[in-house]
Amino acid sequence: MSDHTLVDTYETRYARLQEVVAQLETGDLPLDQTLTLYEEGSRLAAECQALLDAAELRVRLLQTGDTTPDLEG
Amino acid sequence: MQALGVAQLNGYLRELLESDEIVRNIWIAGEISEFRRYTSGHCYFTLKEDGATIRGVMWRSYADRQTSLPQIGDAVFAHGKISIYEARGELQLVVDSIVPAGVGLLNARFEELKIRLAAEGLFHPERKRPLPTLPRRIGIVTSPQAAALQDMLNVLRRRCPLVEVLISPCVVQGDRAPDSIVEALYAIYSSDVDMIILARGGGSIEDLWCFNDEAVARAVFASPVPLITGVGHETDTTIVDLVADLRAPTPSVAAELAVPDLADLAAQVADARARLRLAVGADLAARRAIIQMAARRIEFAAPLRRIGQDRQRIDDLARRLSARIGRATDLRHARLRGISAQLAALSPYATLARGYAVVRHIASGLVLTSPDQAAPGERLRITLRQGDLLADAVIPIPEEKCG
Repeated sequence: MSDHTLVDTYETRYARLQEVVAQLETGDLPLDQTLTLYEEGSRLAAECQALLDAAELRVRLLQTGDTTPDLEG
Repeated sequence: MQALGVAQLNGYLRELLESDEIVRNIWIAGEISEFRRYTSGHCYFTLKEDGATIRGVMWRSYADRQTSLPQIGDAVFAHGKISIYEARGELQLVVDSIVPAGVGLLNARFEELKIRLAAEGLFHPERKRPLPTLPRRIGIVTSPQAAALQDMLNVLRRRCPLVEVLISPCVVQGDRAPDSIVEALYAIYSSDVDMIILARGGGSIEDLWCFNDEAVARAVFASPVPLITGVGHETDTTIVDLVADLRAPTPSVAAELAVPDLADLAAQVADARARLRLAVGADLAARRAIIQMAARRIEFAAPLRRIGQDRQRIDDLARRLSARIGRATDLRHARLRGISAQLAALSPYATLARGYAVVRHIASGLVLTSPDQAAPGERLRITLRQGDLLADAVIPIPEEKCG
């Protein structure tokens, strides 16, 4: 069972995006850091959006041993 | 052969009764023929039916949980176990719940279980856990063939396809249902999910009965992660609904409640992006303002202004210098003219003007100062004031005659 899900990927990026925004909003950063953060934030936002756009529900059936009924039936 | 003591016999009979699968957990239907509540709080009563009677007791802790106590003559269902009162060797019913027979046995069982589990704290509001705002992986415990599952998957696909779904299949109807549901629940508990939906589509009260099963209720209570129930229709409330962290009226609504709308997530991302731009824009504007202010200050302090002034002074000096040089040149010209005049006064041509002449050999150009310098017939040039005259020497005049 994969422990890393799409939501994990999304949440990691979204959390970092929020952090970057908060850092920029408090201000008082050197210019190069401001620009670096801005670039990082823009990249994160684009990645989050891409994840949302491309998401497709992943459905699996837990194998309990006895029966494996047909899901699409 | 050794005789058994009375106490030993009664003790043995009690163990025998209390270990019996049927009479240790039984519902009895009958009419209350005697009922007394003692000051201790315990209730003693007799149930009769069709000419038979049995004595019963309900301990204070259970009597306190009853919404109401029965009256003599009431037709009731009593739930409990059969035991033996060893002091008298009498059979007795030890009950934990007495409900009016008018509600039916299923309801009676429902009410009894509800009272008992409530007393144990299975429905406590403080125990209800909040749902994760964005679950990573949702476990769905339901029948894989049912329309309810497709309904839920459709809702999840439409609302939040970012999540993963793990289905733990079970039977949701019939005698096997409770065991199957419990098994499916524990299977999903050992999987990596952070939320569970236990669901079943609509059906008759008997169809849904497995969700009023004590073992199922206890299994739901044991869920390590928040669990939502979506059982039957809006009007059906089962025991597991009361145990669950959240009760949804239907499977589809359970799926709705389980996940956020993707559009809301997208709006959050767009908002973060806007805040990002705004923050950086404000930062850059502040920097620009600082630079502009500095530029103005530099302009005031700058040497440019002084350079302009200096340039003017230099132009002025240059003008004065060239004026002075001009005057000096004029003076020199004047002096030169004076000298030229003097020079002209000293020139032999001036003497010519007074009537003298200069004689020179044509050939050599040498000036003659003595007659013997010229041979007879030699051509000479005589320079007068107005011009030159050519002449030939005739006879040299002796020097003594001339002097």
